[in-house]
Amino acid sequence: MKVKAVAQNNVVLVKVLIQHVMETGRRKDETGKIVPGHFITELSAKHKGETVFQAELGPGVSKDPYLAFQFTGGNVGETVSVSWVDNKGGSEKVDSLISAA
Amino acid sequence: MGFSRRQFIKSVGSSVACAAVFAIIPKRAFAKWSDKAFMSESLAGAIAAKYGNMPVENSTEIKIKSPEIAENGAYVPVTISANIPGASNITIFSESNAAPLIASFDVMPKMGPDISLRLRMAKTGNLVVLVQANGKLYKASKEVKVTIGGCGG
Repeated sequence: MKVKAVAQNNVVLVKVLIQHVMETGRRKDETGKIVPGHFITELSAKHKGETVFQAELGPGVSKDPYLAFQFTGGNVGETVSVSWVDNKGGSEKVDSLISAA
Repeated sequence: MGFSRRQFIKSVGSSVACAAVFAIIPKRAFAKWSDKAFMSESLAGAIAAKYGNMPVENSTEIKIKSPEIAENGAYVPVTISANIPGASNITIFSESNAAPLIASFDVMPKMGPDISLRLRMAKTGNLVVLVQANGKLYKASKEVKVTIGGCGG
């Protein structure tokens, strides 16, 4: 997962790019068998212990998900931590320093 | 004939019970995920599972930015922006998908109004955004024409 956080005028823009198959559970492989669903279900971002972004995702989100959002009150040099979990118990967490625009 | 009707019903019954137990366990893995809403195969069903039966009102305060024509339905870039006081939740649906609910966002106190993501669209259809605020749902929709469907069917 790549996280880029940029502060401008007290607003932090966060861009998140995750490598994930986001398998829908509806697609069939070459042999006609349904490929089991494997997708991210929850993603959240924290800044100074406070949740600033909270998303529930499903199979309708594209493969290798990209998400962008903003929050107020963050400053350059502080940390944003983004984490996700998927439906098979997979997870990832990345701490990213807020940089200047 | 060592297998009486009664035994048969008993064994079938217990295997059904087993299946039911197994069906429940994976759901406990995600405590909060709105599985019923995400798995619902109609827009109305997904909305009912997510929000129950709330009054819906169209709103011009919700903006949906997306391409008019998406060449590849597997990656449709969308930005949604909701400027509704008291909003607690924002959800985006693609009406023509097998499972219309795409993503749902809880509004956090410091969160900004814009959210961007890339989503799948099976075919040409409406993107629908609902914002829950003050016991009501505010709605906006926008059509996206899809050249190649993105759900691999």
